[in-house]
Amino acid sequence: MGTHNVQTPIPGVFYRRPAPDQAEYAAPGDIVTADQTIGLVEVMKQYAEIKAGADGRVVSFEVDSEAIIGPGDVVAVIETSA
Amino acid sequence: MAIEVLEPGLATSVQDRGRPGYYNVGVPPSGALDLYAAAAANALVGNDVTAGVLESAYMGPKLRFRDAAVVAVTGAVVPVLLNGQEAPRWESFEVRAGDELSFGILQAGARIYIGVSGGIDVPLVLGSRSLYALGAFGGFEGRPMQAGDVLPVGAGQGRVGVRLPEGLIPDYPKELAVRVVLGLYDYRLTDEGMSSLIDRPWKLSPVADRIGFRYSGNTLKWRERKQPFGAGSDPSNITDAGYPVGSIQVPGGVEPIILHRDAVSGGGYAMVGTVISADMDVVGQSAPGTMTRFTPVTLDQALEARAVYRARERDMIAATS
Repeated sequence: MGTHNVQTPIPGVFYRRPAPDQAEYAAPGDIVTADQTIGLVEVMKQYAEIKAGADGRVVSFEVDSEAIIGPGDVVAVIETSA
Repeated sequence: MAIEVLEPGLATSVQDRGRPGYYNVGVPPSGALDLYAAAAANALVGNDVTAGVLESAYMGPKLRFRDAAVVAVTGAVVPVLLNGQEAPRWESFEVRAGDELSFGILQAGARIYIGVSGGIDVPLVLGSRSLYALGAFGGFEGRPMQAGDVLPVGAGQGRVGVRLPEGLIPDYPKELAVRVVLGLYDYRLTDEGMSSLIDRPWKLSPVADRIGFRYSGNTLKWRERKQPFGAGSDPSNITDAGYPVGSIQVPGGVEPIILHRDAVSGGGYAMVGTVISADMDVVGQSAPGTMTRFTPVTLDQALEARAVYRARERDMIAATS
């Protein structure tokens, strides 16, 4: 078992849902795959998807929805099976 | 000579020193937001400083070189990777045919510049290779780079291992002072409003792009008046006027916006000051969260700062030759 820190490469506003009236991409406890989107970062009127980056189980989200984040910030922690 | 774009990075575009002279008909100057770093990226690879470079915001592209070239990366503090191995910043290095250039996670600053010997050779539009994205012209096919694009590169001869002395490499702090010349509409602020503008720091929001940089943190109070004919009802509105590049408008009195090199040329918001030209690079390298103070200077001080800026740029070019 290992842990994978999901980092944002870009600064901006973090969102856990694709749209205000839709469900969260993922919640703690969910099983995710590496290419699965777990959040969005909005900057310069563009939305960039944040991928899990590793197969495993979501342990936690480290930032709240609508928080302002910077490059390299850890947005979530994933427990990997490898 | 050509470069393949494997991943575009964020808002990556071809820029040069811009297309001055058309702002009166609504075409902004465009060009690199950090002109010094762009000039250095060219000078380090043996190009004239007017050659085309790539500019990325926050996240660099992944490029594959079809031909050998000399490359230099300047601007924001970010790991530069050549075939996965760390390559230098602010120093020219050799790239062989088939090599891949990529980037790590940004550590400071906001904009990355990639200079290639021979320059990025997209067509000139109104005398410039710079992309003006809102107008959909200039740059590569009038738009930011996309995966799969193949960029033309001119013929050039750069030397490997050319680098700048530390004193000519800027740093990109998270707290900074930006010098402004007050006016033309600063008289519309109350004394308290002026104090809010210049005595307290402002925080750069994520709404910061080539058009404008939006700050938050304080509220400006405006003097009471009967709005003139043609002006909107908000006290921050004026009858339409031209917007200088670098001018600071404050819609609603809450979020100052510094217009940068892709700005619209006019509109109906009162401009309380204008960032001096010597400090526009510093604004262009600000990342969201940067705490910024607006420091008033006189026009003479602004001109003196511009002379200092130009002398430093000449020193930089001399250091690469």
